[in-house]
Amino acid sequence: MRRRRGRPAAGRMVLPALLAWLALLAVLMAPGGAAAHKPSDSYLGLDWHGQRLQGRWDIALRDLDADIGLDADGDGQVTWGELKARHADIAAHALAHLQVLADGQPCRATAGEQLVDEHTDGAYTVLPFTLDCPTSPRTLELRYGLFAAVDPSHRGLLRLTDASGTRTAVLDPNGPPQRFQRAGGDGTAGTLATLWQFLREGVWHIWIGFDHILFLLSLLLPAVLVWVPPRWQPVPRLRDAVIDVAKIVTAFTLAHSITLSLATLGVVALPSALVESAIAASVLLAALNNVFPLFQGRRWLVAFGFGLIHGFGFATVLAELQLPQGALLLALLAFNGGVELGQLAIVAVFLPLAFALRGTAFYRRAVLQGGSWLIAALAAVWFVERAFGLQILRLP
Amino acid sequence: MPPPMPLPPPCTFDITRPPGRRARRRLMPLAAALAALMSLAALPTAAEPFKPQDDAQVLLRLPAPAADAGSRALAALRRQRDQAPGQPGPAAALAWGHIQRLLAEGDPRDAGYAQAALAPWWTQAAPPAEVRVARAVLRQFRHDFDGALADLQPVVQQDPDDERAWAWIVAIHMVQAHYEQAREACEQGLGDGPDLLAQGCLAQVEAATGQAAPALARLDTALAADRDATPAQRLWALTRLAETHERLGQAAAAERAYRAALALDLEDGYLLAAYADFLLDQRRPAEVLVLLKDRERNDLHLLRLALAAKASKHPRLAAWQGMLAARFDAARQRGDTAHQKEEARFLLELQGDAERALPLAVANYRVQREAADARVLLQAALAARRKAAAAPVLDWLRESRFQSLVLAGLAAQVQALP
Repeated sequence: MRRRRGRPAAGRMVLPALLAWLALLAVLMAPGGAAAHKPSDSYLGLDWHGQRLQGRWDIALRDLDADIGLDADGDGQVTWGELKARHADIAAHALAHLQVLADGQPCRATAGEQLVDEHTDGAYTVLPFTLDCPTSPRTLELRYGLFAAVDPSHRGLLRLTDASGTRTAVLDPNGPPQRFQRAGGDGTAGTLATLWQFLREGVWHIWIGFDHILFLLSLLLPAVLVWVPPRWQPVPRLRDAVIDVAKIVTAFTLAHSITLSLATLGVVALPSALVESAIAASVLLAALNNVFPLFQGRRWLVAFGFGLIHGFGFATVLAELQLPQGALLLALLAFNGGVELGQLAIVAVFLPLAFALRGTAFYRRAVLQGGSWLIAALAAVWFVERAFGLQILRLP
Repeated sequence: MPPPMPLPPPCTFDITRPPGRRARRRLMPLAAALAALMSLAALPTAAEPFKPQDDAQVLLRLPAPAADAGSRALAALRRQRDQAPGQPGPAAALAWGHIQRLLAEGDPRDAGYAQAALAPWWTQAAPPAEVRVARAVLRQFRHDFDGALADLQPVVQQDPDDERAWAWIVAIHMVQAHYEQAREACEQGLGDGPDLLAQGCLAQVEAATGQAAPALARLDTALAADRDATPAQRLWALTRLAETHERLGQAAAAERAYRAALALDLEDGYLLAAYADFLLDQRRPAEVLVLLKDRERNDLHLLRLALAAKASKHPRLAAWQGMLAARFDAARQRGDTAHQKEEARFLLELQGDAERALPLAVANYRVQREAADARVLLQAALAARRKAAAAPVLDWLRESRFQSLVLAGLAAQVQALP
């Protein structure tokens, strides 16, 4: 049996040997090893549309401190004041370690004003920047080298967004450059991808846009009936109902397409509070019209008039989707097409059901009257909320 | 001490919790949906960048060099390295300083800093021994066990007295369930003397191979006899003792050993996680919340905090779950797989998602085969009702004769599956 504890390791310098021994002890003792699974990452977002790219780079203060030092007074705390004083150094240091080549030609980076954000492992500086490239690049080459010397396990997590959507990649500071081909803008693959993306967005936004759905439903509910004062009668033939529905849907579509296009192309702009309140009012009126019929037979006119307002609402949603500048018209058409498809899907479910039930008292009383009252009540609440900026219901 | 080298792979601990109760499973889908919603709500990604209003606002707290001995020691090591550029000794010493902190605090950035210190030698085929051992430790930290052994074996061939290298060889064999090789490495490298190092090494292998009672006796004797053992060695041996008692169902003895280890007052992430698991199994979640207070930084601890919060209906459950989800997400974005055991447990015990937990537990068990790895795979297979997935664990239990009441109970339940 051998005992060698305490023996200096192999006659090297005493201090390293001692430290090595201490480390051994630490190792021997720490049975399983703890592992916080948050190694060093930076988050690099790039928006790739045309010659100028917009970037946002979130870099952990801990990593910056380990590399260039942030804690000026050495008190173990990095304050906003200390950080601000280093903003220029941070921007220069970071951007010097990110080379972007557009079709082989370097792009010039300009840093914006830095903010702060919290990620799972603490505070990060948020560095916005623009890249001015000599061409509108077809190929982008990224040479990422941040923290290469301080922490080789550091990675840059890239989110690259172009007209076709978002790609992700992991950038290794000691790895080879990475190249990305532009998918959107030119090439049919990119076009189709854009088309598909915005088509889906359109469908999705009508399905989750309760106010649009309720407006449409309010107008459609009476389509399988006819107002013969003082009461509703079922329409005799499916054809009558289909024609009525087609008129309403077409009018609504035409109207909101007009205003959606005008607003998206920047020809007309309305304050969104006004638009949202007016949409709520349109739902309220359309529902009340079923209880106290005013515009029977001319509901398509109502659909057209208020459809103009709803188009502005869609435009707000579309604007939030980050339109591809190169393919604006395409995105607009695809989004509008998606809205129509989503609408048709609703009609396809509604019409057969309503037609089958049209002769029942249940449909006339519960669905038409009751449903319209409910819709009217909800719309009234929306209207008050939107017009006066209150929060009454927690609904979408 | 048994495995003189506690593997610091991110994930080497023993979990021993009783099987989940069936009745609860019925509510699982609902609970899972709610939890998913809550964790979505808690995701920090929703935060917007902001501009602090006050210059004095503190954004980051670091261990202040003036107040923190560890940081001072690292700064000194860095200075020595800088004064002797290109010398492997000081560079390896700096790397070991970071590895030491990695083991204590579990911050993987230290693995990166250690690697940086070794950069000039990192890609060499046969760097100097001190560099090579450090590189092996970092490799095994990323679960590259073969790469680590490829670095360690030449070191001990050249210098059979290198205990540190031997200790890591044992630890890697243990985590891979290669018990014969572990025993040989103990005897070859650490001898069979009465000291805690040698005895603990042997006891750890015994405890894993059907000889838990002799292992306990060996540990007790060596702990009492070896007056020279350092506190860190005692902590390691007491942790092995506690875990072995725990597996045998001797809760009171396990508790005494855990408390004796904690009383040494050394920072040890693994010990805290292991004791937290013990408390969770004992249905004492409130004590876990106290034990791990303010330790959310370490994922191992955060997971246990969330489990304790769930067991005690603590209001921070949603926030902790959200943090865990975000961290696993971040690891996935990097392509890390070193966290599979924890993520499987997270999915299984917090999200109630056995279908997603099972593949992770299976993949983890291909790499790591300790009791904790076995347990999460048995639990996931049981919850997903997939007996075949657990076959490697059932084989291992039979062949190793590993003693654990919890694992045996789970294995019996899995075997009863159709």
